[in-house]
Amino acid sequence: MNITSTILQKQKKKILEIWLQNQLADNALRDDLMTNDELSKQSDELLDALARAVKSGNVDNIYAAEFEQITDILSDVSITRARQGFSPRETATYVLSLKKAICSVMEEEYQDRPELLYKEISVINNLLDQLSIITFETFIKGREEVILRQTDEINEISTPVIRVWDGILALPIIGTLDSARTQIVMENLLQEIVNTGSNIAILDISGVPAVDSLVAQHLIKTVSATRLMGAECIISGIRAEIAQTIVHLGIDLSNIKTKASLASALQLAFSMSNVEVKKVQKNTGFGITR
Amino acid sequence: MDRIPILKMGPYLLVTIQIDLYDRVALNLENDLITMVSKTEAKGVLIDISAVSIVDSFMGRILGNIASMSRIMDAETVVVGMQPAVAITLVELGLTLQGVHTALNVEKGMELLQDMIGLHSSSTEDDEEGPDDRND
Repeated sequence: MNITSTILQKQKKKILEIWLQNQLADNALRDDLMTNDELSKQSDELLDALARAVKSGNVDNIYAAEFEQITDILSDVSITRARQGFSPRETATYVLSLKKAICSVMEEEYQDRPELLYKEISVINNLLDQLSIITFETFIKGREEVILRQTDEINEISTPVIRVWDGILALPIIGTLDSARTQIVMENLLQEIVNTGSNIAILDISGVPAVDSLVAQHLIKTVSATRLMGAECIISGIRAEIAQTIVHLGIDLSNIKTKASLASALQLAFSMSNVEVKKVQKNTGFGITR
Repeated sequence: MDRIPILKMGPYLLVTIQIDLYDRVALNLENDLITMVSKTEAKGVLIDISAVSIVDSFMGRILGNIASMSRIMDAETVVVGMQPAVAITLVELGLTLQGVHTALNVEKGMELLQDMIGLHSSSTEDDEEGPDDRND
């Protein structure tokens, strides 16, 4: 049973050497992302952990406590690689080339005992396949984490609430409105209304590519919630196509104030809060010289 | 039994809800408030719900009821200080409280009430003054 473990301990140096050679031989390896020293240190650590784990006699169940250390190292490696931008191929090669290295060392050792060789190689095969599955799982998880973080970030930065005037807020919406985003938009807007004590909110949808009945429903909800808080809501930036779709879909926006452009919405907001914007005549000085 | 105090301030009634509205409390409030409106002939009712963090459809309906009942008795209702979470909940429940006036805080709610009642009284004054002018 412990032949594998003896070999792993006895021939560790040789295995490590072959393994590193295998890894470096791969044309796709990016030495710009990781130095050779780092790579050999990482590989050495992993091999040590593997030898310790196999020594316990357990070679089937990689979820057992003995393998905890090795799965930890592997997850760590693949997550860092995913973040650093390694390709899936490189990460897979990392584990699979270890299999090749161990097998070739074993072949040398047990050339004259094919039966034993076959048995041991199948054990190693099985073990390393499981380990590579774990590596891959964590690699993809790492990538997904990156994607999720970016999605969150996009959601966060794509709904800024701008204070355009004392008591007037503007909220330009860019991108498709779905339920999750509407929720964020609504919460941000309402919170900002409370924070600034604003009376009027302008919802600009010129950056929304398409409005269907669901999006319209979301808009109506946002407007109603704003009204419940005690503020008025104006929807602006309604393009011609959007107006057409809204009418064709039979959506009733008659009790919501709508404007074609942000400028006219701002004008309406000014007149609602009794603010007047005037052009100042500056020609008095010229008048005297002439 | 819990009762919510109703304060009279000139022509207005002021209600600040500081506790969570249970069904019984809400029903009592509706009852007391309407009784007060008829007794004091108030022109405006201001309900401050800034401390209320939990609402359900029943409470939404009670608020709507209070508004429509007061309207019949010639008093305007303003609900002020609704929390964002409460507003979102009410909208998700489909209760947009049509017919209830809203304001951000008590100060703005008072201004709104004064505006509304001022408009009403000035228009009636105009009607009264009209014939006087003609008599002169």
